[in-house]
Amino acid sequence: MAHLRTDVLVVGAGGAGMYAAIAAAEAGAQVVLADKSLVGRGGATIMAQMTVAAAVGEWRPDHWTRHFADTVAAGRGLCNEELAAILCEEAPVRIREMDRWKVGWARENGRMRAVAAPGHGLPRCVYVDFLNTGPAVARTLRGRVARAAGVRRVSGLAVLDLVVHDGRVAGAAGIDLEDGAPVTIAAGAVVLAAGGLTRLFRRNSASANMGGDAYALALAAGAELVDMEFPQFFPIGHLAPRLVGMDPIMWDPFRYKLGGRLLNGRMEDFVENYGARDSGVYTAPRDITSYAIVKECEAGRASPAGGVFLSFTHIPEPALRAAFGPVIDRLAANGIDLTRRPIEVAPIAHYHMGGIRVDARMATRIEGLFAAGEAVGGANGANRLSGNAIPEAFVFGERAGRFAAEAARGGSAWRVGDAGRAADFLGAAAGRRRGGAGLGALWAELQALMWDRVGLLRNGDGLAAGRARIREMRRRDLPALAPAARRGFDPALRDWFDLRASLAAAEAVALAAAGRRESRGAHQREDYPETDPALARNQIVHQEEDGALVCRWAPVVGAAHAPAPPAAAE
Amino acid sequence: MRPERVTIRVRRGGIGEPDRIEAFDVPYREGMSALDALIWVRTHVDSTLAVRYACINANACKECTMRIDGRAGYACTARLDAAGALVEPLDNKPLIRDLVTDIVPPRERLAAHLDDSGDDRDGSGRP
Repeated sequence: MAHLRTDVLVVGAGGAGMYAAIAAAEAGAQVVLADKSLVGRGGATIMAQMTVAAAVGEWRPDHWTRHFADTVAAGRGLCNEELAAILCEEAPVRIREMDRWKVGWARENGRMRAVAAPGHGLPRCVYVDFLNTGPAVARTLRGRVARAAGVRRVSGLAVLDLVVHDGRVAGAAGIDLEDGAPVTIAAGAVVLAAGGLTRLFRRNSASANMGGDAYALALAAGAELVDMEFPQFFPIGHLAPRLVGMDPIMWDPFRYKLGGRLLNGRMEDFVENYGARDSGVYTAPRDITSYAIVKECEAGRASPAGGVFLSFTHIPEPALRAAFGPVIDRLAANGIDLTRRPIEVAPIAHYHMGGIRVDARMATRIEGLFAAGEAVGGANGANRLSGNAIPEAFVFGERAGRFAAEAARGGSAWRVGDAGRAADFLGAAAGRRRGGAGLGALWAELQALMWDRVGLLRNGDGLAAGRARIREMRRRDLPALAPAARRGFDPALRDWFDLRASLAAAEAVALAAAGRRESRGAHQREDYPETDPALARNQIVHQEEDGALVCRWAPVVGAAHAPAPPAAAE
Repeated sequence: MRPERVTIRVRRGGIGEPDRIEAFDVPYREGMSALDALIWVRTHVDSTLAVRYACINANACKECTMRIDGRAGYACTARLDAAGALVEPLDNKPLIRDLVTDIVPPRERLAAHLDDSGDDRDGSGRP
């Protein structure tokens, strides 16, 4: 049977996974970097056309403690301040490292250019023109990974279960998607960098890989999740007309740079009716903007496609072209002329604040098991500040790789017989059906359920019904649809394992959302519209032996030392 | 006049099987891509249809590379019109199944990196 042995196994090869692999290799570890898709092309990073928040301080004087203060304010009292401080303090270090690696951050008169973004007290977000941040970052990291000594890149490998002995991770089992064959990997340490769970929601900005794999792997291995009730909805995801070859969240920088008007179906301004200032500039926080759009649609004032209008018709064409260059031509190829017609936008699942619970080393409570990037929970609390996702991939990825390399020095806990046992679960999961008919319908139902009942506006009845149906899908429907194990590329086999992970992640979200009887940040309850100061705590989810998920409350983690800006920065 | 439905024809088959063309009628949506149609087929008609994609429509992952009306391209950026389209696997890459071909760079293949059996007795690599 196919088998690999390594010091560090990194699951997921987006920004966080690639950074982890580079850092682990630099620390002397042998690394296997595995991805279901092509290495460096399948995660969320490459799709991020946006900006990267970091207190680099070249464009305007800045200090990481100011970035920290903005991050914690956006997080509505729930940020793990230790992780948030690490994120903000190390982000400029990683941005400069990427600069040395020639990512091509935009510059003006030699200084790294930074733009304003909602929630930031000053222009702090660096980027690569034009709307090219994610692709440039992915390309740069792919090049570094390819040159790193001791990194083996494996595309098309789905990691499906972790092997754990006595609270210590020993490796993993999965399938080679090319031929459906089982693969085992003995490892001294494992980094989960497989991203978030936005694919669970009907409207999303996700790649097909953002289905909660990292969370499901962590739960099954005995690790804990935190803040799972907080998926972030990007308020102005592209809705209509159909746009191909572009990121559906691309409208944000247009608003930063030029200002853009949000109008309801009657072409009226409305965001300010919901308590946010938005006049002329884009300053309304994401959660309030999303809420305002949903409420406006509920009130019968939606645009034809079921969202609201975003209009740039007040901006002269030369100004549009100066700001966005060739992007204007790509829009024209999509039949969109911003000087003549508004486009339609609506909230879209975009990021997950929740995730795997880790300490400052990115270590879970399972020895040797680490997490990085969006898969990590806690740093962003109840609402992520714009621009914090890519630095999180860099900073947490680098740390996870470095500390995983250290942890792997003790060797692997892999035991004789593990490969056989690990492969057995694949056989046990397989059913008698050929082809797995019905998986598509179950996928569609899960995405609709998560959108309608566990989405932007929640209530206790909807959450209870949603959770009951998810549990039924997990325990009854999914096992009944197990496709027969057969050799050769089988999309149904992948769908089935994807759905297995997604249902576990979905149940964790619904469970935590039901437990939080208040509204805070991205979690909005119609039956508990106020924020309850007593609930400035985090919910922790773990999985019992029988697969049942259990939720408990824990105090918010404070910063190890209170970050304060130096006097000179004031 | 907008069509209600559009037909996408797919060349299907696996290694060593005779290939065949199957036609699927999918609901038309203005500006839709060939990949949108294939995803609709997988969701609503036949989830065994083998097609690979990750980014869906960002033109980033390169996994949906195939022939569309005879020309190699990305299904996620190929727009469908009322005439529909014929989609086929790349003809210059080894076929895996249906629209999936082996596009993985040689140095990223599992087979290039395999170690020993996982059930070696002492972890030394010796069986």
